[in-house]
Formats: sequence, structure tokens, C-alpha cells
Amino acid sequence: MATSIRAAAEDGSAPTTAPGGSRTPAAPQRSDRRSRLYRLDLKASPYAYIAPFFLCFAAFGLFPLIWTGWLSLHRVDLLNQDVMDWRGVDNYTRLWDTDQFWTALRNTFTIGVISTVPQLLMALGLAHLLNYRMRGRGFLRVAILAPYATSIAAATLVFVQLFNPDYGMINWLLSTVGIDRTDWYSETWPSQIAISTIVTWRWTGYNALIYLAAMQAVPKDLYEAASLDGASRWQQFTKVTVPSIRPTILFTIIVSTIGATQLFGEPLLFGGGVGVSGGSAHQYQTLGLYMYELGWPSRQLGRASAVAWTMLLILLLVGAVQMLIARRNRTKLGG
Amino acid sequence: MAVISTAPLRRRMRPGAGDQDKAGPLTYAVLAIAAVVSLFPLYWTFVAASNTGERVAQSPPPMVPSGELWTNITTAWSQADMGKALLNSTVVAGCVSLSTVLFSTLAGFAFAKLRFRGRNALLTLVVATMTIPPQLSVIPLYRIITDLNWGNQLKAVILPSLVAAFGVFFMRQFLSEALPLELIEAARVDGAHSLRIVWHVVLPIARPAMAVLGMLVFVQSWNDFFWPFVVLTQQNPTVQVALSSIGGGSGHDINQAVIMTGALVGTLPLLLIFAVLGKHIVGGITAGAVKS
Repeated sequence: MATSIRAAAEDGSAPTTAPGGSRTPAAPQRSDRRSRLYRLDLKASPYAYIAPFFLCFAAFGLFPLIWTGWLSLHRVDLLNQDVMDWRGVDNYTRLWDTDQFWTALRNTFTIGVISTVPQLLMALGLAHLLNYRMRGRGFLRVAILAPYATSIAAATLVFVQLFNPDYGMINWLLSTVGIDRTDWYSETWPSQIAISTIVTWRWTGYNALIYLAAMQAVPKDLYEAASLDGASRWQQFTKVTVPSIRPTILFTIIVSTIGATQLFGEPLLFGGGVGVSGGSAHQYQTLGLYMYELGWPSRQLGRASAVAWTMLLILLLVGAVQMLIARRNRTKLGG
Repeated sequence: MAVISTAPLRRRMRPGAGDQDKAGPLTYAVLAIAAVVSLFPLYWTFVAASNTGERVAQSPPPMVPSGELWTNITTAWSQADMGKALLNSTVVAGCVSLSTVLFSTLAGFAFAKLRFRGRNALLTLVVATMTIPPQLSVIPLYRIITDLNWGNQLKAVILPSLVAAFGVFFMRQFLSEALPLELIEAARVDGAHSLRIVWHVVLPIARPAMAVLGMLVFVQSWNDFFWPFVVLTQQNPTVQVALSSIGGGSGHDINQAVIMTGALVGTLPLLLIFAVLGKHIVGGITAGAVKS
């Protein structure tokens, strides 16, 4: 830090930008120009700094988003995208009448719930434990974050092996405690649980660290006051920790919900060769996979776009519900 | 934030209240189990990758490494272009993290320390864009990429990821706290124009946060699957796309050991980074990734 101040000061005293130069009466015109430049610099540079983000976002985020909405009102073939037949809301009403869409919607919801809820609860508990003073906590934190470094592809391939119904380690472990062979590939609930396990495994540690960050910002005297009041550790956790980090919890719920809505790689790779259909009976086809199946293998971009926009509408709906619940809880607790 | 102390303040000293934040044996036990659950699949990847396919397909499965690693790597290399995939992933993740860090630092600095019209509204917009699922943009993006004849080229993967709302938010949070306004004003009084301030004042202070953001973005970009899967083919894959061709799933005729070798090769570079820099990454996340 000290070096950077000095560096700036040295540069500042260079002849071209003499400090206090604008006040020398010998060069009033030059100083005028410089102060105008200075004002321009002050005014324009913030916009220059944020411009790259907004330009890229407009080009690769917002514009495609709106285009998708426009496409969803047309019939468009993947291989002949210049021909667009106006269909109005037909693509949406057709989704409404398609069983496969409802299956995918239901799967997205159930897989989302059984991956997000245990994941965040476990992360909260782990963060609480990691917050204690202990030996080797640096190692424990890195170990718990390690799954975050694995990719969807690698993690899914590993778990496909572990869940193999015939020789997988999980069935073998379960058989040692007397639980019969489970077909994790083709039965609906087992396959969805297997996919949720991959998601949970990859993200629990990451969320735990985010919670830990928030927990470390909770003032220590709150805990002291609570323990003086005779609160047990559990009571401190539920009465001090959780309410204090509620904004962070809400943030992770929103992010995980978005992630769950877009689930794609895990179910695709879990199915191996038949991935796009999400299992032989679509038992784990998510909306993300369904969109891909409509858009690429079936070449119907308009219908795929309708699925994409439906996903956005669902997210907005879920987000609104979450906000409402969060607000109600807050007023109930008198915060 | 929330009101915490709704209970009446009864002063009652409890013995040992000072040890309140020290871990007990149960804490150690639970965290040890969590660490084993986190690390075991990675360990087993290595075990499977160093055994023969038949051995992996036995019940009970092998638990210790064996000597087949090199054979399996050779087979995996011949099934998918792993060398090219590793190189491609490095190029993509490198470009994406460099550009994201650079643009995020600039924008984060502006949002944290500069005053301009519409600042709050624009910052809200940045945060709001984090909630838009990228899949919504995929179909038109695909069209743009094919129109530009960029299909199967790395720039098709790099360009849409040049910026990240998360990065802007991250750098803004860090710089709001870490960068004293007096430093900027002092440099201004010395007559430094704003780019010079960025170079000599902002960047040196932002460096630790830039390093953490860079690693986070690198990991994310390395592991990105959906968009590379859509625009790239097996002739020019990233690691994740190559892995999807090595296969998986319910096929029984596939050599499972080779699949695990592919997974190992694709994950190892990141795990190495984690082994070396893990503490810094963890420190970075816990130091202020998301303090909302």
C-alpha cells in the first residue's frame, strides 16, 4: 500500500502534471483546458469503467433473452432459422398439453427440492461447526470445498459408477447392512436421488463457506450476551446465528433455486448414451434437458424457446414467493 | 438485519462460558465424516483409474490403487482428444478469467468509489442479471455464433463469458471496504488522472481479491458444460465436452476404468491448484465473497 501511494505521488510530480499547476498565473489557458479535461475525466471515467460489463451483457445476455422471447412465438427449424412462421402463443399452449413437459417440470421440482434442501441445511450445520476454534480447520475447510473443484462431467461419471446397480459401491455398502439391491438407473425416485446426490456433493462445501463468511461477521458480543442469558449452543445457533445471517441464507436459496431450475449436465451424463431423454421413461428428464431435446435433436427452436421462457417465468414466480415468505418471517420476528 | 436479543437480559454467569467457541469431540467427528464424504469420490476416482476395467466392475469394488494408470491414460487419450481438450480448457478458462477479473475490477471500482448518475440503479441491474438463467440466451447465441461462422471455435465459448455480474459484485464489495477514499483523493490532488489512479492505487490494493476472483472464475469456466457442449464438437472439445464422449451411464460394455481415468485427467489440474492455493481460495471466499 505504501509503495502505491509513493508511486502515485512521484508520478504526480512529473512535469506534465505538476501539482498545483492549475493555480500558476503564467499559464491560465492551459490550466483552463486542464481543469475542463479533469472535469470530463471525473464525469466520464465511471461510465468507461462499467461500459465493458454492460456492453457484453447487452450483446450476449439481454439481446438473446429478448430474441428467445420473440422466437418462442414462432415456428422455427434449427437448420433453417431464416424461416419464421408466426404462431402466437401456440408453442406455450402446446407445452400445456404435452405430458412430457409436465413430467420434466415435476422432475425439475422434485430433483430441485431433494438436492437444494439437504444441501443448504447441511451447509448451515457444517459452517456452524467450522466456525469453532479447532486444530486442522484449514485442512477441513479445503477438504470440504474440494468437490467444488470437480466438474459436472467428472463428478457425474464417478457417481454413475458408485450408483451402478450391479457392482456399484453404494449398493454393495447398502447390502452389508441388509438393504436389497436398488436400481438407481431406471427407477424414478432412486435415479432422482442419485442425481440430487451429485448436486449436493458438489455444492454443500461451497455454500458452507459462504455461510461461514457471514457467520464470522456476526458480532461476538451477541454470543456472549446469549451465553450470559444461559442459552445453549443450539439456542445460540437458532436464535443468534441463523437470524443474523438471514440475508446470506436468502441469497443462497435464490442462487440454488436458479441452479436447480437449470439442471442439465448431471441428468444428461447420468443417462449415458440416452441422456437427452432423461432416462428410458423420462424419469429424470429436467426442463433444461427437455429444452435441449426440443431445440437440438428435434430441431424445433420455437418450442424450445417457449420452454426457456417458461423456465424464466417459473423462476420469477418462485423468487416472488421466496421474497414474500422472507418478508413475512421478518415481520413475524419483529425485525 | 434482524433483532436478536428479544429475551430479557438476565445476567447469569455460567462456568466455562469463555470456552464457548472451542470445538468438542462431536464437532471433530462430524467434520471428519464430512471431509471423508467430500474426498472419498475423488480418492476412488484415482483408485478406479489405476485398476483394470474388470477389477472395477467387481463387487466389492477395489479400495486401493493398482498399477494400470498409465495403460488407462493411453486408452483414454486414444478415445478422446484429451491433450487438445486440456489445452483448449486452459486457453478458454485463462482468457475468461483474465477478462472477467479486469472488467470486474474496473466496474467494481466505479461502483464502490466513484460518484456518477444512475449508480445505484445500474448496480441493482448488475445484481439482477445474476438471476437470469444462461440457458435463456442459448438459442439466439447459437444463431449468432453460426452466423459469424464461429461454430466449433474457442472464441464461441470465450466471448459470451467475458464479463460476469458476480465478479462486478464481488470486486465492489471488496473495494468498498479495502480502498480508502483518501488515497484516491490524495492522488487526485497530485493531479493524477483516473486511469493512473486505477493503475497505481486501485490495482495494488485489489490484487488479493483479483487473485481469488480469478481462481473462482477459472474453476467455473473450466467446469462449464452446457454452452461448450452446444457449440463445440469432439474435434475441438474442452475437457468437459471430451469427457461427455468418453461416456458413462448404463452401458455395460464400456471400460469403466478408462472412464474414471478421463474424469481424473479432467479434474486433476484443478485439484492441483486447490492443493497449492486451497487456503487462499477458502480465505477469499470467507473473507467477503457474499456479504449481502
